[in-house]
Amino acid sequence: MVNQATQLAVKADAVVKNFGETAVLRGLYLDLPTGEVTVLLGTNGAGKSTFLRILAMLTEIDSGSISMHGVDVAQNGPIVRAMTGSVLHSPMLYADMTIRENLMFFAEMYRLEGVDELIASTTAQVGIEPRIDDRVRTLSHGFQKRVALARALMHEPQLLLLDEPESGLDSDSVEQLDRIIENYKSMGRTVVMTTHIVEHAMEIADRAVVLNNGTVGLNKTNPSGNREEILAAYSSTGNDR
Amino acid sequence: MLKKVLDLLDPLLILSAALMGVALYLIFIWVPTETNQGAVQRILYFHVPVAWGSMLGILVVSGSSFMYLWKKNEKWDRLAVASAEVGVIFGAIMLLSGMIWARPVWAVWWTGEAKLTTALILFFIYVAYLMFRGYFPPGAQRQRLAAIIGVIGAVDTPIIYFAANLWSQAHPPLITGPAADAESTLGSDLGIVLMASTLAFTFLFIFLVQTRYKIRKSEDDLVELKRILSTSAMTGVN
Amino acid sequence: MMGSLSVIWAIGRKDLLLEIRNKDVVVAIAGFALLVLVIFTFAIDLNQGNAKLVGPGVLWAGIAFAGVTGLNRAFALEVEGSTLEALMLAPISRDLIYLGKALGNFLFIAVAQIIVIPVFAVLFNLVVFRWEMLVISLLTTIGFSAVGTLFAAMSVRVRAREVMLPLMFLPVVTPLLMAAVESTSHMVHGRSWSDMAQWLQIAVAFDVAFVVISAFIFQHILED
Repeated sequence: MVNQATQLAVKADAVVKNFGETAVLRGLYLDLPTGEVTVLLGTNGAGKSTFLRILAMLTEIDSGSISMHGVDVAQNGPIVRAMTGSVLHSPMLYADMTIRENLMFFAEMYRLEGVDELIASTTAQVGIEPRIDDRVRTLSHGFQKRVALARALMHEPQLLLLDEPESGLDSDSVEQLDRIIENYKSMGRTVVMTTHIVEHAMEIADRAVVLNNGTVGLNKTNPSGNREEILAAYSSTGNDR
Repeated sequence: MLKKVLDLLDPLLILSAALMGVALYLIFIWVPTETNQGAVQRILYFHVPVAWGSMLGILVVSGSSFMYLWKKNEKWDRLAVASAEVGVIFGAIMLLSGMIWARPVWAVWWTGEAKLTTALILFFIYVAYLMFRGYFPPGAQRQRLAAIIGVIGAVDTPIIYFAANLWSQAHPPLITGPAADAESTLGSDLGIVLMASTLAFTFLFIFLVQTRYKIRKSEDDLVELKRILSTSAMTGVN
Repeated sequence: MMGSLSVIWAIGRKDLLLEIRNKDVVVAIAGFALLVLVIFTFAIDLNQGNAKLVGPGVLWAGIAFAGVTGLNRAFALEVEGSTLEALMLAPISRDLIYLGKALGNFLFIAVAQIIVIPVFAVLFNLVVFRWEMLVISLLTTIGFSAVGTLFAAMSVRVRAREVMLPLMFLPVVTPLLMAAVESTSHMVHGRSWSDMAQWLQIAVAFDVAFVVISAFIFQHILED
């Protein structure tokens, strides 16, 4: 049993989250195995972003429990955060510092070693090294998003959380993102993402999870083989709010 | 109709009303007028119990804020907000009644005496506590942050008191009224009336906090119901 | 331990770097405090007799009000780009984020005082370049930034946070403000350390209590 638990990258049990009168997650159960790319689907307000924020430990759950790689999140914040890399809606960068200064600073926050080589390799991976000494304020939104991705990858997390990573990216950048996700998976690591480009996501994902009304409406592996069913479940959630 | 009226009669309400009647009798009819200060001295029979009530309020806010941060149980948050509201009202009455008493007796409305300064600053902290709750969006975070203000207020209290004490030593309060230093001429009668009045106000305090707590509980239940209703509306069940 | 200190220092240094580029916070604090001083030289009929009496109070009231404005701005900067969330994603405990931000705020208020206190000495014609002033100023700034950082983080999501922060901050720091005013008053009257010892003790007690409790409590503030 214990062995099986550690195989799971994410294990969410009866997770409840309310914001005042609004119930966002109403007892959500979800097990995600290590080494899979999971795409979370659902309309606005279905709880995708909230669930990602909970996994990133930015939002505290009201009840229930979450563990990652067998480590309980509530008790082991720093350990779990070290295993997790996140790119959420905002790029979360200091606009008046350069890319290099931002990455250097966050490397210190993650207590990384060999920072210079690490920054060189990560920036090359996401293709931002030509402008590494430019201030973030001068970069386009899509470019800032790539810097945010570099920040999330720098400490080589076991679990990568991406909240609508394609928004603001051009098609070349999206392809590059796909390669990064693919590469990540090939190293046996886990990716959990939300998206607004459903068709595309089903091609790269190993598992599609449709969130409906704060619970898991559908949980299917091999999404490209089950596209009809997933799309049906997804569109049936369309009537909320 | 009669049943409705009877339902409203909480035992605590009956008890505090009865005690209040006794206290009023003692204050206005039984106890003789204090000869140095005159009739105005009777204000103290209200001022002291109300001040005690506001201090009790602060104690309960601090204690239950601490308990909320520790146990994360909503009932502690309800208790904290209920006693903060009642405590702030008692505090306002304390400040006003004190000033009305001080003007003829001390010849000033206000002075930098340590207890007065401490009471005023604490009053401001707990007003800020209530304002913060009013301004903040509802949810668990509001309760946590409010509890933090409650705990901060508790930590600050002894420091405020020491500072105010030291300050009033450096700047002796100007108390020049006619009867400021005179001994009370009432002897033990004063103690009896104060005791009775304090008891009455304590039960009033408990009754008010309990009532506010129940309202708060109903408000929380209502929010819970709205959440559940929004579920069934969205899934199309019912 | 060394690792924690370097994280705290990294956050403080980052704030300093951004401040050197933006000059938002120090200019706001120093400018506001200087205006308070100047306005008071008109508002009270200042002369040789009463400068020692009212000067210390005006100085610290000005710094307290100005400090609140600056703290508001300092935390808003961290929230605008959601960078506070980036700090929260890092595998460091929340108290280090608090201590790092408090260090940054401490530096801002301290630098502002380096500008304000000499001007105060000129306007009120008082001798302030003494060791006592340094100690008073350090103790007061520690307390201001400890409480201010905590409350600024709390009021970030509040409607009307410009109003809420001073309403929480000022009553809580009153004992520290009393200590600063009274010890500065002893100093300008040329009295000895032993005269102000009790006030300095209160300031130290305040600083220790609030640095410890704020670091401990800060984890409850950040998650929504």
